[in-house]
Amino acid sequence: MNKLVKCLQASSLAAFLCLTANADAKTGYVFVSSEKDDVVTVFDAETMNKLTEIKTRERPRAMQLSNDGSLLYVACGDGDTIDVIDVDKLRVKKSIEIGEDPDRFDISPDEKYLYASNEDDGLVTVYDLIKDERVAEIEVGEEPEGVLVSPDNRVVYVTSEVANMVHVIDIETKALVENVVVGNRPRRMMLTQDLRELWVSNEVGGTISVLDTSTYQVTSELSFAPKGIRPENISPVGMVMTKDGKRAYVTLGSANHVAVVDTASHTVLDYILVGKRAWGVSLNSDESKLYVTNGKSDDLAVIDTARLKVIKSVPAGRVPHDVVVDD
Amino acid sequence: MTKLIHTIGGLFTAMALFTLMGSAVASDLTTVKIALIEYKDDPRYTHNIMDARYQAQPWGRLSEALILAITESRFAAQKKGVKFVLERHELDALADLSDLIPQLEQEGTSFFMLDLPGEGVRLASTSAKLKTSTLFNLSALDNSLRNEFCQSNLLHIAPSRLMLTDAIAQYLVSKKWNEVLVLYGKGQDDEAYLDSLKVSAKKFGLKLIAEKPFTLGNDPRQRYQNNIALLTGKSNYDVLFVVDSAGEFAVDVPYALLKPRPVVGSSGLVPDWWHWAWERNGAPQVNKRFMKKAKRHMTGYDWSAWLAVKLIAESILRQEQLDTGLIQADIKDATFKIDGAKGYPLNFRTWNNQLRQPVFLTSLNRVINRAPIEGFLHPTNNLDVLGNDKGEGSCHLSVGT
Repeated sequence: MNKLVKCLQASSLAAFLCLTANADAKTGYVFVSSEKDDVVTVFDAETMNKLTEIKTRERPRAMQLSNDGSLLYVACGDGDTIDVIDVDKLRVKKSIEIGEDPDRFDISPDEKYLYASNEDDGLVTVYDLIKDERVAEIEVGEEPEGVLVSPDNRVVYVTSEVANMVHVIDIETKALVENVVVGNRPRRMMLTQDLRELWVSNEVGGTISVLDTSTYQVTSELSFAPKGIRPENISPVGMVMTKDGKRAYVTLGSANHVAVVDTASHTVLDYILVGKRAWGVSLNSDESKLYVTNGKSDDLAVIDTARLKVIKSVPAGRVPHDVVVDD
Repeated sequence: MTKLIHTIGGLFTAMALFTLMGSAVASDLTTVKIALIEYKDDPRYTHNIMDARYQAQPWGRLSEALILAITESRFAAQKKGVKFVLERHELDALADLSDLIPQLEQEGTSFFMLDLPGEGVRLASTSAKLKTSTLFNLSALDNSLRNEFCQSNLLHIAPSRLMLTDAIAQYLVSKKWNEVLVLYGKGQDDEAYLDSLKVSAKKFGLKLIAEKPFTLGNDPRQRYQNNIALLTGKSNYDVLFVVDSAGEFAVDVPYALLKPRPVVGSSGLVPDWWHWAWERNGAPQVNKRFMKKAKRHMTGYDWSAWLAVKLIAESILRQEQLDTGLIQADIKDATFKIDGAKGYPLNFRTWNNQLRQPVFLTSLNRVINRAPIEGFLHPTNNLDVLGNDKGEGSCHLSVGT
């Protein structure tokens, strides 16, 4: 890690050479997609200095790294593509035609299939990453958003912001096996470590619906009340959980805060003021730092998770959306 | 009665019937009947007005928006075993409402989509016999409907005129454009509009330095009322507010003043409750879906119709059983929430059944700001700084509940 950081500080060209030499090492990069600039900005995780910008198709939003970290997939909403960034070379190596307005996506654990929500059409597109072709379209409620493949590769969960449901799609048959009613305008999802709970953030409802993944019943609902914030401004969207499953961080959108949640008791431990319209969220590998994109103040907040305080805030392009940390 | 049968029979060809259902067997489904009530000679829907694309005026009838919302509600319908049926009724005369509404109630219609002028909304609401019938006012802005003519089963989705004038007043105050010259039309609607502006001006501290009536036309003998330069030349003011419910005079006012001043009200910067250029809160997706269906941009009037169906679907989705009375009570409940793609969870004010909602301040192709304007605060819900707050006005539906 130390060696890598030194390389990065030397010069960006030298850094690429070093990285090529250490293919399996983490890059030490923080990636931020910026909706209005059509770029992914790359920061050095250690210094938070901006290293470069990667030009993408129009309106890059959701991002995800491949299992080995060599590829960064970026959904480009107005480009109608998922751009695939070569992390070594820091440029787009190909653009996958994925249908109209891709919003979010997930990749199967075996990396054979990519599932993307097509926001305009009310579809989930299934893309075969091996054969490099679209293999299926599945009709869901309008404005599908969150996509999550279960780690056992059996089902895909998809939220529909209009139907106010989580659709459960059987991967084998591609049929909707359940439509679970959740809160208003459901956005993102995450599974607890034991896979028993599916958390769904409801942007307009202002809550998180917790679903039992065996019965598909909503078992509880988390709500938020940061001090001095009106209920109508509380719009939870982004979520991330620590590896031990004990703590979750939830961005609260227009409430400009991140909630720190004890996952077992479903209680909020603290609220951290971050920036305007807190949206995307990610932890670094040792979970010492939390990164949050603020869409309406055009910056990225870095939070010290021990002290639960913002330690740095850096400009991150116009309307920063998602953040991925590879350190 | 004969006339009624004739009216309905005569309208049958014009009456569109839309059915959307889930995959369940048709006989298992419960029918939810929705009736769209329109007035053939509605002055807001003349071809001249619709083709002119005036700001904050309807650009077409509202059936497409209703059908779009029914389509969007198919997963809720499927989940609950419900079938939405939409009937469209076009009235020859507003007086026919007193027979039509009870007739439809008898035939099992519980949800009425009123796209009528204020007088029609009032007549429809007093014609309804059943408390469990829910009447949605989609397009009448009259403050009186939210005051002396309010009714517990009449729900206003369109904002009141006062919410619109409050929104623009907040904006003017935030810009310190405090001195306002007003040009107003002489019709009843414009008088009500002017009254509303006066209330908003007083509430937010605007100074209306003069109110001058205008006349449409080119008659030189009336030049002091029809010539915009003469109307606006002598006064000193920060901003010109044109009060013109129809829009035909207002459209020519920007760039025609003798002094270089912004124009607001019925043209220029116009308060509206939806705009095709709003780019946040999922609005682009709604606009794209509407555009695909209707082949034109979505207006506030369309948004009202779209939202009304979504209110019903949202409530059905969250009810154990289908009961029209319970659905109405649920929609009116203070804890109800609906997403209208404008930000903020929306619901109804319990004291006058007015939908709380943000109001856009719009130019032709841009949303310039969204009211409540930053800095205008309310003790409980910021959206209540637009229109009649609790305890204001003459409607007190929530008293004793």
